Parts: sequence; C-alpha cells; structure tokens
Amino acid sequence: MSDVTIIGAGVAGLWAARACLAQGLRPRLIDRKGTPGPHGCSWWAGGMLAPFCEGALSEPAVVTHGRRAAALWREVTEVTHKGTLVLAPERDRAELQRFAARTEGHSICDAEAIATLEPDFAPRHRRGLFFAEEAHLNPRQALHDLTQTLAAQGVEIETTFLAPSEIAGPAIDCRGMAASDALPGLRAVRGEMILLRAPEITLTRPIRLLHPRHPLYVVPRGDGIYMLGATQIESASRAKITARSALELLSAAYALDPRFAEGEIIEMGANLRPAFANNLPGIVQRGTTLHLNGLFRHGFLMAPALAEQAAEFLATAATGDLFRED
Amino acid sequence: MRDFYGVSLPLPLMLGTARYPSPAVMEAAFRQSAAPVATVSLRREQGAGQAFWDMVRGLGVHLLPNTAGCHSAREAITTAQMAREYFETNWIKLEVIGHADTLQPDPFGLIEAAEVLCADGFEVFPYTTEDQILAARLVDAGCRVLMPWGAPIGSGLGLNNLHGLRSLRAAFPDVAMVIDAGLGLPSHAAQALEMGFDAVLLNTAVAEAEDPAAMAEAFALACRAGALAAASGPMGQRDMAVPSTPVIGKAWL
Repeated sequence: MSDVTIIGAGVAGLWAARACLAQGLRPRLIDRKGTPGPHGCSWWAGGMLAPFCEGALSEPAVVTHGRRAAALWREVTEVTHKGTLVLAPERDRAELQRFAARTEGHSICDAEAIATLEPDFAPRHRRGLFFAEEAHLNPRQALHDLTQTLAAQGVEIETTFLAPSEIAGPAIDCRGMAASDALPGLRAVRGEMILLRAPEITLTRPIRLLHPRHPLYVVPRGDGIYMLGATQIESASRAKITARSALELLSAAYALDPRFAEGEIIEMGANLRPAFANNLPGIVQRGTTLHLNGLFRHGFLMAPALAEQAAEFLATAATGDLFRED
Repeated sequence: MRDFYGVSLPLPLMLGTARYPSPAVMEAAFRQSAAPVATVSLRREQGAGQAFWDMVRGLGVHLLPNTAGCHSAREAITTAQMAREYFETNWIKLEVIGHADTLQPDPFGLIEAAEVLCADGFEVFPYTTEDQILAARLVDAGCRVLMPWGAPIGSGLGLNNLHGLRSLRAAFPDVAMVIDAGLGLPSHAAQALEMGFDAVLLNTAVAEAEDPAAMAEAFALACRAGALAAASGPMGQRDMAVPSTPVIGKAWL
C-alpha cells in the first residue's frame, strides 16, 4: 500500500509527502486533527521567504537552503517576489548598520528609493535596506494549495493518530512540539501575532522594523490585511497572546506607520515553535523513524529542503547536511 | 578581600543569558569565557521558560536570578520568591525598573523591595545608580553587594560617570560592587576592575556581538587584566604639564 507513513500534516509533513512522491515513494499522511488549521503552528506563520534577513541571526544552512525555498513553493502556490524592506527608527539607525554588516543580498535605500518601493512610506523613513531577492506567500493559502496538490496525486490526509512505535516500516514524524517526548533536546519558543485590516495602507512587500528590544515585521496578505509578528519568547505556554505582547506589536506597527492605529484587529494568535539548541531545523534518525523537527521560525523557509533530504535518505540512504546527532 | 555573600569568584565576570542567537551560542559563550556566574530572568522581558531555565542550570555555574521586567517593588518581591523556589538559591539580582525605555532603576521601589527581601533571608544584588545616598540606604537595608550601572542597559556606552563611580567605590570600601549594565567593550570592563570594582555583569555586549563566544572570551581576558592591575597597585597619574622644579637651563646636577 504505502512505502512510508508521515505523521503530522503541518508544513513539514505536507512537504515530506511531496518529496516522497518525487522520489517515487508512496506516502500515507496522517494527522490527528486532519487538514491544516489553527491547531498547528504552521497556521500562525508569517510566510516570509527571507533567507538573507534570517541569516542575521541563524546558522549559514538557513541561508543556503532557504534561498531555494521560493522556487520550490512556486510549484504549488502563489509566491510574491517583491523583496523585503528593512527599516529602523531614526534613533536606532545603528541597528540598521549592524543588520547590514551581518547580512548579504541587500542594497542601501535612501528616502527616494524607499518612496519608489513603497510610496506610502515616503516621508517617514529616510534610510533602509532592500533585500531584492526575497519573497513572501500567504501561509494558510499555501498549506491549502499544497494539500490540494497532494490530493491530486492521490495522497489524502487521514484524520487519525498513530505513534511511531505503532507503525510498521519507515515513518517520518513531523509533529513539532507533540514529538518532544522522543526528542529531549527540543524546546518550545512561543510566538504571538496579530492580523490587522488597514485598507488605508498599501504596502506590497514585507517590512521589518529593527529595534533593540521590540523588532517587528509586517507581511501584507492582500485586501488591506497585514500580519504583525512575531514575538519570540522562551516559553512553552499555550495561553493566548499577552497584553504586553499585543502592546509591543501594535506600538511598533504604530511607529512604522501611524495609520495602523486605525486598523481593525481581525485576529490574534499564539503558538509554539519547536526548536533545537542551535535553532537550526534538522532531521533526527531513530530506528526506522525520521524526525523532521525544530523548524523554529523557519518552517516555510526550510520545510522543502528538510523534506527533500528525508525522502532522499529513504530512497538512497544518503544523509544530507541537515541530519543531526541527537 | 571582598566577596559575594561568602562566595569568591575565580573570574570577576557575570554574564546574562538573554538575546543570544540560540541557546547553543549562549552555552559556547560561557564555555569559552569560563564566566562563573549566569544571570537568568523569570519574567518574559528576557524570555523565560522551563526548558530554557534547565539549559541555564546545565551551564554548571552560579545562578543569579533577576527580577528584570518588574516595575514595582511588589512585582519584584513576588518574582524573587519564585526565583528562590525554582533555582534554590538566596541570591537575587534586584531590578525595579523605573522607566520602560531607558530601563533605569526606580530608587524608591528598589529600597522598598530590598528591605523586604533582605529581611526575608535573600542575598540581594541591587541594580542601582551611582547615587551614594541610595547606596547607603541599600546597605542599611542589608545589602552586602551593590550593582551600580555603568550606563543604561543595552546602551554599550561604558562607564558614563567616572567621578560618581569612583566616589561610590571610595565611600563603601567594605561593600562588594559589580558594574552592571551599559558595558559595550572589554576595555570598559578592564577599566571598571582597574578602578577597584569587584566584578562586571553584562549581557548585550556579548549576546549581540557577531561572534558572542569570542567576545565573551575577550571580556574574560579584560577582566583578568583589570583585576590583576587593581591588585598590582597602579602608579596613578602625574600631571607633567604643570612645572614643579624647572630644570632647563639650570645647574641641576
């Protein structure tokens, strides 16, 4: 029937199924909650495909693998290639210099260049960095489109739960924090986000606002909707967004453009990112089970590469650079 | 020799645990510097959670829990009690923040919390300014260590008020003092130790360096140099620009 069982239909599990098909392996894809939704942390992602910006604080593998992500996503969903604009309040201009020194793939923007990229911002921001190669997508639409693509190839998500020990034959465990019992080195890093409808504002690409304590990114979702994200807190709490986080995200957005204050808050969310100690996504082999986990804040950026390496291992026994000792 | 509530440190360097690119990088910074004390926050200001706290415990160094992010004495006292329970230590770095942006201490809340915590058996390390009256009140409250700031938290400006810090050091010769906050470079740490301070505490200067582990080692070397210099009796400065006995043109042999 199937060659491999994939547990968990978040961004990692869906890509694992796609990569298995590409290797000629027939996957069975199961998830205890069924198709992607608010129960999974992929649902709450920003959807930025920004390997260079992420490179400022990540292991080099995030940049090398992340650079291929946009092209791979384009095969299954709409990807917007408009780059990323990085800004800093006047007082924190040093943050911009520091960010520029630690990243590649950017050009320096003056007020005129910013006005050309995002006419809405012309008077407020006079200096920035533009990462032309970066892209973004709508994560919920992307999860849906990827699910549909798999269905067209005969892979449906089964709503059921099996532990890896109950599975005969090879398994790929993509359960995120739910697999933490099997992965003692895994920890939760809480993230909180806000969806805001602000039709007055017409941004076309993700904006990152640097700040020594409260960095912010804003990702346009179309129809005047913007995702504000995301906090990064060393906590396994599944409580709803805290007042402090909401204040910080909203006041950072207000600093970026005061018109955000008139926006309608349509959703607030919080979830847990699974992370290994070096915050680098990886594959851990345990007997006949491969764990794809620790995607941290790089789920949409790194899932395609992780999935490729896992499927390649099943097909050829080759271990790529994302395999890690546990 | 001044110590920290009976504990002598092999290296006068205390490192924070927040804002590193990853816990693996934090661990490398401690390993490479051999810093013997780690501060850790229980509140979210710096990020807090069981798994992360366990990693900090796993560093195998003295833990100095802090009350970062507390804006009132009451919050700080509650946080200190939680910290004592969780980390099983009487040490507490007491921060009562007076201003959300500059993070400067609230001296009034600080005294209030220090009195309560010292009476409750805590060994309090108060984050304070260079103000001598405030220092005297903290010592009266029972503090045997003071942590004057070098400059505002995270600013990297170094020792902002040299005269004030020198006077504070001289005014309380028996109290151990740690320069806490505002250091940006190893030379700032060396300078603090040369002036007779007993240790430095820093976080951002290491965590936000491009190579945090290497920067931590640089601070460790500076701390050794500064402590050794202080113990070696610096010569002091002489003002050669002011003539005393003119020698030129005189028969001085």
